[in-house]
Formats: sequence, structure tokens, C-alpha cells
Amino acid sequence: MRAPSGTGTTAGETILAVENVSLAFGGVKAITDVSFDIRKGEIRAIIGPNGAGKTSMLNVINGFYWPQRGRIRFKGETRSKMRPHEAASGGIARTFQNVALFRGMTALDNIMAGRSLRMHSNFFWQLLRHGPAMREEVEHRKRVEDIIEFLEIAHIRKIPVGVLPYGLHKRVELGRALAMEPDLLLLDEPMAGMNLEEKEDMSRYVIDVNNHYGTTIALIEHDMGVVMDLSDRVVVLDYGRKIADGTPDDVKANKAVIDAYLGVAH
Amino acid sequence: MDLLYKIFVDPFVQMGAAPDLLVQTLWEGLVAGVLYALIALGFVLIFKASGVFNFAQSIMVVFAALTLVGLYALLRQWGVRPTDLAAFLALGLTIGVMFLLAVAVERMVLRPLVNQPDIILFMATFGLTYFLIGLGQLVFGGESKVMIAEELYLPRGSYEIKMLGGFVNFQKIDIAAAIIASIMVATLAIFFQKTRIGRALRAVADSHKAALSVGISLEQIWIVVWFAAGIVALATGIMWGARSEVSFALEIIALKALPVLILGGFTSIPGAIVGGLIIGIGEKIGEFYWGPLLGSGIESWLAYVIALLFLLYRPQGLFGERIIERI
Amino acid sequence: MLYREAGQYKTNYAADVSVFPLREDRVGLAVILFLAFCVVPFISNGFMLQAVLIPFLVFSLAAIALNILTGYTGLISLGTGAFMGVGAYACYKLTTFFPQVNIIIWVIASGFFSAAVGALFGLPSLRIKGFYLAVATLAAQFFLSWCFIRVPWLYNNNVSGAIEVPTRTLFGIPITGATATPFTRYLVVLTIVVVMTWIASNLVHGRIGRMWMAVRDMDLAAELIGIRLLPTKLLAFAVSSFYCGVAGALLVFFWYGGAEAAVFDVNQSFFILFMVIVGGLGSLTGSFFGAALIFILPIALRVLAPAVGLPLHPSTVEQLQFMIVGALIIFFLIVEPHGLARLWQIGKQKLRVWPFPY
Repeated sequence: MRAPSGTGTTAGETILAVENVSLAFGGVKAITDVSFDIRKGEIRAIIGPNGAGKTSMLNVINGFYWPQRGRIRFKGETRSKMRPHEAASGGIARTFQNVALFRGMTALDNIMAGRSLRMHSNFFWQLLRHGPAMREEVEHRKRVEDIIEFLEIAHIRKIPVGVLPYGLHKRVELGRALAMEPDLLLLDEPMAGMNLEEKEDMSRYVIDVNNHYGTTIALIEHDMGVVMDLSDRVVVLDYGRKIADGTPDDVKANKAVIDAYLGVAH
Repeated sequence: MDLLYKIFVDPFVQMGAAPDLLVQTLWEGLVAGVLYALIALGFVLIFKASGVFNFAQSIMVVFAALTLVGLYALLRQWGVRPTDLAAFLALGLTIGVMFLLAVAVERMVLRPLVNQPDIILFMATFGLTYFLIGLGQLVFGGESKVMIAEELYLPRGSYEIKMLGGFVNFQKIDIAAAIIASIMVATLAIFFQKTRIGRALRAVADSHKAALSVGISLEQIWIVVWFAAGIVALATGIMWGARSEVSFALEIIALKALPVLILGGFTSIPGAIVGGLIIGIGEKIGEFYWGPLLGSGIESWLAYVIALLFLLYRPQGLFGERIIERI
Repeated sequence: MLYREAGQYKTNYAADVSVFPLREDRVGLAVILFLAFCVVPFISNGFMLQAVLIPFLVFSLAAIALNILTGYTGLISLGTGAFMGVGAYACYKLTTFFPQVNIIIWVIASGFFSAAVGALFGLPSLRIKGFYLAVATLAAQFFLSWCFIRVPWLYNNNVSGAIEVPTRTLFGIPITGATATPFTRYLVVLTIVVVMTWIASNLVHGRIGRMWMAVRDMDLAAELIGIRLLPTKLLAFAVSSFYCGVAGALLVFFWYGGAEAAVFDVNQSFFILFMVIVGGLGSLTGSFFGAALIFILPIALRVLAPAVGLPLHPSTVEQLQFMIVGALIIFFLIVEPHGLARLWQIGKQKLRVWPFPY
């Protein structure tokens, strides 16, 4: 299941770097002075025990939380904080730990919603649903159907997502993120709550997206097998601090990491 | 230039020129504020304990007052001679009616809708409001009535105090209202904080499912809390009716409790009081000193605009909990 | 047997994105439109048109307006009545200043005024959500209601405070004012409502509708996929208020024939909200169902009660109306929170598989 080499471990340019980021909610320090980078085209795993600040880190990259300190360098531009719209239009897409689908819409519409940034047709044509508006709708529908086929959810695409089983939610959410044609895809525990077969499917999608579209992926995951197999490099967080950063093999042998997971007092 | 003067200088000059009028206006505002606060208190009770934003609280005030007056008239018709006996009997019966109302609401509205999103419960209380408006009008008739203030031994008359170069008038009923309101608030605050039931109420407000799983009976809690809100509504109705009259116009006036809740937060009892006082005073001062500038009747919307401006600055109200959204 | 999608294959996406993919639906719609335009006005008497059908159409339009804001975008508004009033008074002033311009143009133009006002009062929606926004819209409602009384210019300084609709014509036939017949007024209102419903349908089925629904369902996620919240919400307020304004102008010019401030008070806002709840939040057909039920109910009561032998005083009818509407709201919220529209869809589903049970 390992991605063919040629990505990741060879030095690619950095697409995103966080520098000395600190984030606190009132007295609770979620992230303290964390720096790491993500190279273009790699699969970067962010791991750590629960409460380590992994989701908060993704939220900072997304622009959902604004860090008190530190900077984010994305595609050459440095910012002290990201805004959600900047992140999205800059090419960052993401999935969520607690699935954030639009429950009132079908799977197809959810994924079509992901195309919002790229649909520009004039309001006037939208009123008439004709001409440019219609052409745009059909054109983006084609793209979305490609994604739906790739994720093998064609049979449920017209069903409102509220009705779908949990395992499919994650896939639809991935589809919505892919619809944005992102340069950087943030996945927050994409395999959570899945059985072995579903995990294998999801892993296959992740690798295909990385290979096929060249999308850089940052992923939070608890299943160590998945992390070791899929990722090119791993960063480990614990209590909001970075305790390791390197290839999966490096990290596996790192004592600090083992201690963190086994709960040795430190 | 002249307009700026009229807005920013003149009213304050007027305030200074006749301080007795200022005090009078402040007092009126305070009294109105106390009554708004009482209505808001009913909201807060229910919201704190069940997470339901009870839009029907204002109509409950009217309904309670109407029931009281109606039952009194009925008792007198049936030959109950001493007025105070009839009055207090009617009061007791009305309390009973509010209890039955609480039971009915719990059984027919809340229980079927348990676990539904808050917005659905909110809209259900709209339905309840209109239902009670129709029922109230059907049973008691649409004309306004006189509150049986004297029969309930509520004080009449007023104190006129010479101060600040003129006379300031303090209606005794208003003073009584303020005192009764304070006692109620204190009782409720203690109830929530110190008693077992109070704790259970707070648990239910946080999460229905979690409360159920530790064995708290949602039905009982809801009946208790809607009954308590009903009592508060009754007290409010009596006070308000005694000051003016009992009519359905009160329903619209009582909607003013909403800006009060915005200022004070939906879950805070002291917030309801402070919010009520701010709105009440703000409204009266605004109407009296700035009203002539804009045309009369700005009381109808001033409270809402104050609340709106406030919300822009602090979306969770003065005392409300900051909403931290997690994703 | 009657209602099947078997055999109806879509061979391209253009066909699949159509609003009515099933042939039976398209035929049904055509039949309804035909009846509405060519049959109903000829077989209905004046009362039916004046007291039932015209107001039904007007309220359906208002319900669509509120549905766009509350049903599709999730922004609770209690200011519908006031926004309708803005349209009505705008139309009145426009036609007072330029009586020679066709009234229909002014009806549509007045929508832009209410759209502007609506967008203005929608600005707080970026910071304020849910119940709080409802209270903010009440500020709009009460303030505008106050303006309708306190700004005499709006009603041409008329001593009574009310406005009276002047006679205006189209192709020489009077369509507003005392001489306009219910027949002509019905046709004008029907045309406007049909066209505007079609436009609303186009909007909600396209990318704008998806943006609105995304904001409704989870605005944080919507932001993170690149949907800008403030423009989307403001657009919802603007479009919704536009529809409100037109509905208000239609109400005054083509139904009542006049108006006073009380017509656009907070009770009106509530009634439209009830129509939307009962009809189904987020459904255009639901708007029609809701308007039908909530509006026609009291008329039915008034007509049926004597027929059943119960002599009902008019005020009793009104009280019963309040009670029944209130009870209906609660009933629907318990039984089918998605309103009549969902029941209709379930019915259609059953019809699709009929005579099989599933």
C-alpha cells in the first residue's frame, strides 16, 4: 500500500510551513511554539495522543482559529493568521473529525457545493438558469461526477446525506474537499470509525489523490498501521508541543514518542 | 448644526433644568424595567431548565391575569360575598390553572418534541402563543379588564416627595412591584443554586440525553419549571394589570422582554434584572427627552434598536456565555 | 402505474440537472398552469377570485420570500410584514410621482426598494445568529411599522393615515383601483407570481441555492469551502425582501385596493412564518401549500360553520383561527417538521411504487 517513491522523501519545495505557532483558549494552551513544514506532493501525517492539539493545528492552517503567536507561510506568502476564505481560495481543502456535511442536501449537492469557488456565472443568468449559468452547471457537474465515480458513491449520490450511513459520510466529505481541486488537502481522522475494508478503501483513495492529482496531503490519524504505510513524513505532537519530526521509521523508534503514547509521566 | 445641537446637547440641558422630572422619568423607567425583567425572568427559567426559548411567556402573562380576573368575576357571580375571600380564592385557583397549563404543555408540546433541535421548539412556542391568544379571547372575551388590585390588598395611591425643586410621584403599587420582584428573584436564584431540583434543572438545560441517562425525570422537571414560569407570569400580570389594565395589548408590550433577554443573556437571572432595568430606563428616557425630536411613539422600537446595537458589539449579551464554536 | 420513472433515462447531465426530471411532473405542472390561466378565471365568481385566489397568490409569494431567507438560508426573520410594507408604500409613492408609467413596472421596481432596506437590516446577520437574529429583525419590523405611521409623506399626507389605490391601466384595461375587475387583477397577479416563482426556482436549484443551503446547514464549513458568508447572507436578505416588496405592492394594489400601517404589522410577519413552517421550510411548493392552509382556513371556517349549523360570530371565527393555527403549528412540528411539502413528497413516493407497497 506504500506510495511509490519519488514523492516526499526527496526534497520538494515547501508548500506550507508553520513557524513558532502558539494557540491558547483562555488559559488552555492548545499549541505551544510548534514549527514544521509540508513539502509539495508529500503525504504528511500529524499524530499524537488525544488532546495533543492536532485538530487545532489544522484549524489554524485553515484560518478557523487565529494563533496568538507565530506565522504561516503558504505558497510563498507569509501571514500571521489565515482567513478561511484566503485558505480556501488559496487551495486548501479539508475534512473534519466530526463530519461537517450539509445535512439538508444530497451527496451530489454537497460535492457540487465544493465547486462554489470555481463557479462564477453572473447573477442575471442564474435568475434565468439559462445560457452561461446552465453551461457552467453542466460543466461542473461533469467534474463532480468524475469525483463521485472515483470515490465509488454513484449509487447514493442523490440521497440526502442525513440518511446515509456514517461510513459514507467521510467519503462524501472527501469528495467535497476534492471538488475544490485543492493543492493542499487536510484530512482530520479520515479513517475514524471504519472497519478494515473501509480503511483500505479510504487509504486507496488517499494514495490515488496524491499520485493522480499530485495533491499534497496532511493527515491526522490514530491508526499507526495506516500512518506508517501511507505517509512520507510524520510530525508528532503531545500536549501542544512538537516532540518528533521525520520519516515514519525515525518516528517509530523515537523514545519521546513511545513515552507519549504509553503515557509515561513527563 | 442645529440638528446636532438638538440631538446631543438639548436633551441633557432639559434634564439638568428640571431634575425632578428626570427623577420621575428614571423612576418610571425603573418600574417598567422591573416588569420587563419579570417577564424575562420567566423566559430565563424555562430556557435555563429546558433550553426552550418560550416565546409564549408574554401571552402567559396576559392569560394568567385574565384567568384571575375571570375567576374572580365568576366566584362573585356564584355568590362568594367577601371580596378578599373571592380574590384570594381566585388567586389560588389561578395558580392551579397555571399548574394544569404546565402539565398540558409538557404532555402535548414538550414531550413529543424532546430531542428535536431548538429551533423547532422555538417555533412550537409560537404556535402555543397563538393558541393561547385565541383561547384567551374565546373564553374571556377581547375587551380589556380591570385588575382586582384592591381586593388583593395591593396598595393604592402614591407618595409625593418634594425634591430637587419639584415633586416626584412614587406610586405605591410600583414600590410593591419592585419589592415583590426582588423577593421572587432572590428565591429563584437560591432555588437554582442550592437545591437538588435546581441542580437537576441546570443539568436538563445542558443536555436532555445526559440528564435522562443519570435518571432525571425530564417530565417532572419541565412541569416544575413551566409551573414556576407560570407563577412568575401571574405575578407579572397582576402587577402590570394593576398599573394599567388587562388586555391583549400587553402581549405586544411583553415582547419587549426579548431585547431584555438579549442584553442580559438567556440564562442569567441577574442578567434579566439588569437587562430589564437598562431597557426600561433607556426607553423612558429616550422617549421623554429624544422622543419629541423624532415624533412620538419611539418606545415601540427603541428597545429593539438598543438590543440590536448591543448585539453587534457583544453577540452573547451582557451576562450570556460566550459561544465558542468547535469544528 | 401512473407515476413512473422507468423508461425515462437521462443521456446527458443537462437533462439530469433539470428541475423537473420526471415527465409526469412536467405534465402535471403544465396542467396546473393551464387550469390557472385558462380555466379558473372563467369559472370562478368574483368572490372566489377576490377573497380566495388573489390573496392566496399574494401570500404564496410572501411565503416564498420568507422561505428563501429562513427555509433556504436559515436566517430567521420576523420582519416580513414590514418589508412587504416597504414595497407597498414605495409603489404608492412611485405611482404618485409618475402616474403615467405602467403600474406593473412600479410594482417590480418597488421590490428594489424593499431589497435595499432588507439588505440594510440584514447586515447584522454576520455577527448575530439564530434567535438573536430573530429579535434583530423585530427591530426592523417595529421601526418600519412606526415609520409607516409617523412619516406622513409615505401616505401622501392623507389625514386618515391610509392609502388608497388609484386607477391604473394596462393596454387600456383598468387593473388597479375601483374599476378593475377581479378577473383582470387575478390574471395580472397570477402572471407576476408565476414568473417570480420560476425565477426563485432557478435561483435555489443553482449554485446560489447551494450556497444558501450550505450557510443554513453549517456556516462554518461553508466558509471553509470558500463561500463568503456576508455576501451570501446579504443576497438572501436582498432577494427575500425583493419578493416581500413585490408581494406587499400586489397586496395593496391588486387585492385590498388600499392599506394602512396595521396591515404590515408584526402579526402579518407571524402569519407568513406560520405559512412557511406548515408548508415546509426550504420548499417552494411548500410555500403554496402553507399559504393555502393558513389563509383559506378561516374562510373555510366562516363558510362551513353556518353550513354545519353552527352560527359563528366573526370574532369567534378569528379566535378559533388563532387557536387552530397555533395547534396546527404544534401538530406539524411534532408530526412532520418538514411540513406539507414533505408529506406531498412522501405521497409522490408512494405513488411511484403504487400499487406495490415499497
